[in-house]
Amino acid sequence: MRKITWSIVAVVVALFISAGLAQASTKDEVQKRGYLQCGVSTGLPGFSNPDEKGTWTGLDVDVCKAIAAATLGDATKIKYVPLNAKERFTALQSGEIDALVRGTTWTLTRDSSLGLNFTGVNYYDGQGFLVSKKLGVKSALELDGAAVCIQGGTTTELNLADYFKEKKMEYKPVVFDTHDATAKAFDNGRCDVLTSDQSQLYGLRTHLSKPADAIVLPEVISKEPLGPVVRQGDDAWFNIVKWALNAMIEAEEMGVTQANVDEMKKSKNPGVRRLLGVDGIGGKGLGLNDDWAYQIIKQVGNYGEIFERNVGKGSPLQIERGLNALWSKGGIMYAPPLR
Amino acid sequence: MSNSKKQFWWNNAQHRSLFFQVLLVALLVGFFWFIGSNTLTNLERRGISTGFGFLSQVSGFGIIQHLIPFDETYTFGRTFLVGLLNTLLVSAVGIVFATIIGVVVGVARLSNNWLIAKLAMVYIEIFRNIPLLLQMFFWYFAVLRTLPAPKQSWSAGDVIFLNIRGLYLPEPIFGPGFNFVFWALGLAIVTTLFISRWAKLRQEQTGKQFKTMTVGAGLIFGLPTIVFFLADASLSWNVPALKGFNFRGGITIIPEFTALLTALSIYTGAFIAEVVRSGIMAVNSGQTEAASALGLHKNRILKLVVIPQAMRVIIPQLTSQYLNLVKNSSLATAIGYPDLVAVFAGTTLNQTGQAIEVIAMTMGVYLFLSLSISAFMNWYNKKMMLVER
Repeated sequence: MRKITWSIVAVVVALFISAGLAQASTKDEVQKRGYLQCGVSTGLPGFSNPDEKGTWTGLDVDVCKAIAAATLGDATKIKYVPLNAKERFTALQSGEIDALVRGTTWTLTRDSSLGLNFTGVNYYDGQGFLVSKKLGVKSALELDGAAVCIQGGTTTELNLADYFKEKKMEYKPVVFDTHDATAKAFDNGRCDVLTSDQSQLYGLRTHLSKPADAIVLPEVISKEPLGPVVRQGDDAWFNIVKWALNAMIEAEEMGVTQANVDEMKKSKNPGVRRLLGVDGIGGKGLGLNDDWAYQIIKQVGNYGEIFERNVGKGSPLQIERGLNALWSKGGIMYAPPLR
Repeated sequence: MSNSKKQFWWNNAQHRSLFFQVLLVALLVGFFWFIGSNTLTNLERRGISTGFGFLSQVSGFGIIQHLIPFDETYTFGRTFLVGLLNTLLVSAVGIVFATIIGVVVGVARLSNNWLIAKLAMVYIEIFRNIPLLLQMFFWYFAVLRTLPAPKQSWSAGDVIFLNIRGLYLPEPIFGPGFNFVFWALGLAIVTTLFISRWAKLRQEQTGKQFKTMTVGAGLIFGLPTIVFFLADASLSWNVPALKGFNFRGGITIIPEFTALLTALSIYTGAFIAEVVRSGIMAVNSGQTEAASALGLHKNRILKLVVIPQAMRVIIPQLTSQYLNLVKNSSLATAIGYPDLVAVFAGTTLNQTGQAIEVIAMTMGVYLFLSLSISAFMNWYNKKMMLVER
């Protein structure tokens, strides 16, 4: 009997002690672990998609790489955790991943009541509609009574309801777990319309059996600023993720590319010198090496490069820069000064 | 108590055991209280909202199948009910179909006809050994694909339509006076129950048999029909019609429901067939022989001798199959059927972000459903147990 009592006491004490331990900061944890755990989608061409060999590529993946390059000095030290829309926040809240870069729309509810923080925007998107050409529809206003395929747990579901209600139209929502199932059901003819963020529609279209038979309608029914997300309450880590993205945007503005970054280190331009850590604050404020931004550009590239490579002219998606062009070139991509 | 002077309370076995029990309960309560408060503190520290207030917030999303009125303006609490009812619907219908399939195939498996017995065996071995999720994908993505588009729907008499978007049936609209018909139906059912009871008693006492089935069927079909004409009740039909992209009006059975129901019934049916077979085989062949020696007809042997004894073996196993079916219905989310897990533990969880509350409620529901089914089956089992006279 005494043995049992003592073991119970020991267990309870152990529990109290383990619960009392303070959480280490994410940056220290990542550096100690030696790799970054980055939450991405289960497969979305252009944003985060694994190839046959299991190598991940995409715009979101490149943001993960930038964070790893800044924190660890090596953009390849990442463990990608594929998540569907429903799993993503829980995975981040529970500490299963260090950062979530998965086309996640920045909204008030998510920013304020989930215990999460959005660090910026890596793609300005808007919700659109993909329909079959056979339908003969030219505008979203002709969609009354349509069956609509959606991925569950997204802002898309809510925007859709708002839009159809405002236009006094009826619709039948068919909700799936993953992008794949949604696209497959649309392909089978279960729905007239597939709705999602426009960028995703272009990606999903490449998954259809006859991509040329589907068109994206001109209407954009919502604002979808997509960005990286981190846990609330770890400001140091929040800053690192925020500035990893800013550095890429700033690099594009300064004309620093993956190819010329070594040359640029010798540049006389004070802005470039500050960006590459030759002069100025370097990585002191962030608690990183002074060449953190240099590593990002050297190993991953600037924002323009990753855009064109993954979703723009260098990719099958052929998406225009549009809103995602630099502020100086007609878009709204804008990074605060790195000084 | 003992009169001995040097008797401490811990020397008394009864007191000591009481002490340890109280201690254990206190530790358990303390443990769960600690877990709870620790969770709450941490959630608060991380800025995650808690509590059940979200249930009264407006949901803002649509659900394709709802048995009770629902649209975007209803609350998250309502989404819970809608999802729960959808789960109950597919489970209840699934249990009925799985039982029918199971009994038929189970009996067929024991048939003397070589072909029937082998066909039943093939069915059981195929469907029992393929994962349920794959079967769902098969029905939903492969079989569904062969159905035509709305404009080329198959129709039966231009009132029933079948296409890839679902099965469209005319919806009955009950005019005034129709509630008399429902009353008549209720009355007929109750009367039939009484008659069958009386017939059973009479047979036990006098040995005379009464044709309950014929009389009952006559009552249940006849009485409402007579009342329908007497009360001059009106009944009209809301026939579905193609308008725009899809059919509107009438009742729609969505393909997600059909695919889920088919997969669940066929899969669980295969297991039930084996349960039924084991039950029948457990009845000693001496029993059948004795019954036929008494001159009983083959059908009556099955009904009076074999089935009552087989049921005792079947019911406990049947219970676990029913429980499996209800729990497996949560795979619905993979093929887009709006069940509790898809609607509440899916969309609602994601829109509110309150994982702990939502998951706890969902788990509570499944626990409650399973325990209810168990309780019912245990009651039924007790009823069917050997009555010793």
